[in-house]
Amino acid sequence: MSQLRFTKDHEWVRVEGTTATVGITEFAQGQLGDIVFVEVPAKGKALSAGGEAAVVESVKAASEVYAPVSGSVTEGNAALPDAPDTVNKDPQGAGWFFKMTINNPAELDSLMDQAAYDKFVADAS
Amino acid sequence: MRYLPLSDQNRADMLAAVGVASVDDLFADIPAAAKAKATFNLSNSMSEMEVERVLSAIAAKNINAAQAPSFLGAGNYRHHTPASLDYIIQRGEFLTAYTPYQPEISQGTLQAIYEFQTQVALITGMEVANASMYDGATACAEAATMACRVTKRAKVLVSGSVHPHYRDVTATALRFMDLHIECLAPDPVGVEDLIGRVGSDLACVIVQTPGFFGQLNDFTALAEACHAAGALLVVCVAEPVSLGLLKSPGAMGADIVVGDGQSIATPTMFGGPGVGLFATREKFIRQMPGRLAGETVDENGRRGWVLTLSTREQHIRREKATSNICTNSGLIALAFSVHMTLLGEVGFRRLAELNHAHAALLADQLETLKGVKILPSAFFNEFAVQLPKPAAPVVEALAKRNILGGIPASRFYPTYPELENILLLTATEMNTEADIAVLVGALKEVLS
Amino acid sequence: MTEIVTTSGHRALQIEQPLIFELDTSGSTAVDLPAAPKVRTRLGQLRSDKPIGLPGLSEPEVVRHYTRLSQKNYSIDTGFYPLGSCTMKHNPRLNEKMARLPGFADIHPYQPQSTAQGAYELIDTLAHWLKTLTGMPAVAMSPAAGAHGELCGLMCIRSAHEANGQGARKLVLVPESAHGTNPATAALCGYRVEAIPANAGGRVDIAALKAKLGPDVAAVMITNPNTCGLFETECIEIAQAVHAAGAYFYMDGANFNALVGRVRIADLGVDAMHINLHKTFSTPHGGGGPGAGPTVLSAALAAFVPVPFVVKGVDGFSVEEHAGVGAAKQSLGRMKGFQGQFGVFVRALSYILAMGVDGLKTASGDAVLNANYLRTELSAELHPAFDGICMHEVVFDDSFLKNTGVSTLDIAKALIDEGFHPMTMYFPLVVHGALLMEPTETESKATLDQFIASLLALARKAKQGDQAEWFKGAPRLAPRRRLDETQAARKPVLRWRKPEVGAVVAKQAAE
Repeated sequence: MSQLRFTKDHEWVRVEGTTATVGITEFAQGQLGDIVFVEVPAKGKALSAGGEAAVVESVKAASEVYAPVSGSVTEGNAALPDAPDTVNKDPQGAGWFFKMTINNPAELDSLMDQAAYDKFVADAS
Repeated sequence: MRYLPLSDQNRADMLAAVGVASVDDLFADIPAAAKAKATFNLSNSMSEMEVERVLSAIAAKNINAAQAPSFLGAGNYRHHTPASLDYIIQRGEFLTAYTPYQPEISQGTLQAIYEFQTQVALITGMEVANASMYDGATACAEAATMACRVTKRAKVLVSGSVHPHYRDVTATALRFMDLHIECLAPDPVGVEDLIGRVGSDLACVIVQTPGFFGQLNDFTALAEACHAAGALLVVCVAEPVSLGLLKSPGAMGADIVVGDGQSIATPTMFGGPGVGLFATREKFIRQMPGRLAGETVDENGRRGWVLTLSTREQHIRREKATSNICTNSGLIALAFSVHMTLLGEVGFRRLAELNHAHAALLADQLETLKGVKILPSAFFNEFAVQLPKPAAPVVEALAKRNILGGIPASRFYPTYPELENILLLTATEMNTEADIAVLVGALKEVLS
Repeated sequence: MTEIVTTSGHRALQIEQPLIFELDTSGSTAVDLPAAPKVRTRLGQLRSDKPIGLPGLSEPEVVRHYTRLSQKNYSIDTGFYPLGSCTMKHNPRLNEKMARLPGFADIHPYQPQSTAQGAYELIDTLAHWLKTLTGMPAVAMSPAAGAHGELCGLMCIRSAHEANGQGARKLVLVPESAHGTNPATAALCGYRVEAIPANAGGRVDIAALKAKLGPDVAAVMITNPNTCGLFETECIEIAQAVHAAGAYFYMDGANFNALVGRVRIADLGVDAMHINLHKTFSTPHGGGGPGAGPTVLSAALAAFVPVPFVVKGVDGFSVEEHAGVGAAKQSLGRMKGFQGQFGVFVRALSYILAMGVDGLKTASGDAVLNANYLRTELSAELHPAFDGICMHEVVFDDSFLKNTGVSTLDIAKALIDEGFHPMTMYFPLVVHGALLMEPTETESKATLDQFIASLLALARKAKQGDQAEWFKGAPRLAPRRRLDETQAARKPVLRWRKPEVGAVVAKQAAE
């Protein structure tokens, strides 16, 4: 049983038990355009909620991917650095950035659900 | 005024279109009290010939190297400039173009940068090079900060063989970034132990070849020691003509090679502008400072070039950029590249051999003078000489005889009395055998 | 229009040119050198006889190579170059002639000071002009370019704070509309950066600025005129507030061309400002540089000026080369090799003497008049981002392209086919789809009218609707169509490499 949450920085986080998978949203990849470079965190890296976790770049823009919650990285998506366009093609599937443990599940409560995020995007554009 | 096309009638018509009465009205946003103070005791406009008179009179107060045999180097070298080189860099399409941000109408500059990057990579023995930095000294500082980023360490070790300006500019940059630097004492005879100082706290060791005092060193073992400790080796090259004859820094295992292309690109020009060379390994390109030209194709599939990997740079990354550099040394990089193209493999090697032969000839003749000792056992076109008396007054005495006869080491190292008698001498292809005889003869008189 | 295909790939005056590496004739050289004297070599073990891989070409081939490359470049000599914030003005050839005088070109930075009095006089004379035009008591001449001058200014500021026991100040405030160099420079100086928002009028929100000022603020960096082309009317009040908070006021001088001869920045309360000699004072941009960024300093910062600097004494000029002693006792150290960008100084002084103070004042007036003329005439179809008179540059937003499917980038690329260099695009960041234009004073009214006619026609075409595809195809008449920047960044190819033998054979077989 998984649940999907979103941040104001346009990351998505899919929670399964005590682990989370993190990526950037369809909206975010569309704003960035053709993604040319991705850097994912190494296994074991400690992350704090809101801290920098990964990097994503298009030709004319560079952006950080922030940790939605605190925890430590269990896996970076090793396929992304060689195929950054996966983030454009399938941002919420094969284009995931990293998986992490969740130290404090209560931190998830401050994130948006799908309906709230859709409204957030609609209001922003 | 000849540089201003608008006529009074143009101005009147345009002011009417804009809807203001006078040009001064366009400056209404500037506080009146401040504008009222703007009076200047400065000269008014001049014709071309008046400017030429004023500036020629100032230029005439200098002794130039065409008037007096010159044996000066120390990171700024006088070489011959082929006539076609100056013609090419004065073409308006190169001279008066901006940074090539619109690739469709900047292919000339972009292809030339790509060729420059390749030439720099080839002669330094490295994988990639950037489109240029300001000069060798600032490139060295950029290499040090890049090494700190790559290794995530905060301490840099600088050899006493490194040009004191490279060392000082690096020290300034690191101090303001709250990074640490250890600079070894000037090392004219090559006694310092670098390998013994390499530790796991170091981001990089910075060395120079040929060294500031002329000595040639093979840094292969040092590179191995650095890599074993997780540190980088930065090699500076202040006289790139030497690379025509010497083992390249890349072949020694360097991780970053920096230098100044002035000697190949431009006249001495009182030391500036030069062109900073910056080359490294492919795996570090995202930590590199400065612009990069890269190959791609256009919509019709035709090969072309663009500025690429720009997300490293200040206009996109802002406070997280790898450097704040924007304007670089584009035209001097072009001059460097044109001269390298004119020389080619054969010419570059011959030029280097000619330089070394003239320097060796100078050394041979100096060794006939009593009390004069050539310090480096191996050198390229420059070497330190131990004199029997302080070098600074010797240089002044030579200047009175209309010879620019070297640089006293004390001018760079005023706080090292043990260097007082050391003179730096350079001979390039521009110094004829007759010039060398004149210098040696005069030196004999001055030293006696 | 069908594309005309030629056998050679050339298109009349547009000639395709391979890389120098593809023109290699092994053993060829364009430089004949005399034979070396026979001597005992002293290279030790460092001699290398390994081939480097440089191509060999003859002189005619080299001259033709670069001449052909040059013909693929746009330049100020060939046309209108209204890049905002770049001040692409005419580069007088007198400057080049003067820089090539042997008394300037053929002198060494470390020849005896007694033999280089003219060089020091030239630096001192230029410094005098820069100090007088800005009203500032000191100038650091060695910075190599604008960003380097910014670094010099901020290093002086940090040095002053540390000397005054204010080293705990670690924050620099920078407007959102600032050049990217400002925050990048502050970071290199060990500072944290916070953005100051702009108000609806395109100027610094002074209330927001004051709210951020406090004991942690080291400096405020403001471009004036700002990157929206507007003079910061509350500049003096900003300076007072910054000083009252114990911080220093850095002014980015990239846009000084609008102010020369009109106002002295000392009278605006500025502590430091760099001057881009390659913008304001007409030295050529050279396809990316070199520039020079002398930085004027207030009395509070003057003691920290980097070495070297020229000192005028009773017996002539001398130069302070070492920090920590004499007149350089409090100097922050060295930032640049040798004596700075001397060749650029000669060119800038050549221009300054030619213009004179009267000419410089006329030039800033014409620069501002030309920008306002563009603003007025282009407003027929485009939408200025801000109301009222602008300074030397004008910014439009992309609201005139709403619902057309055409972007700012497309307009820029279509301007290339019209024979103009595009304006600066998508900068400043505070203006949506910004088109920033700086005509400079060296353009005639006829050139501006041509440009206006082209740009208005493109705007009208975009507004017709259904033109997006046509615009996306621009440029069509340039040496290259739009280039694939995504491919260039995903798989960087940053140098030529000799093709593998197998690949060459396969290619020949395929052909």
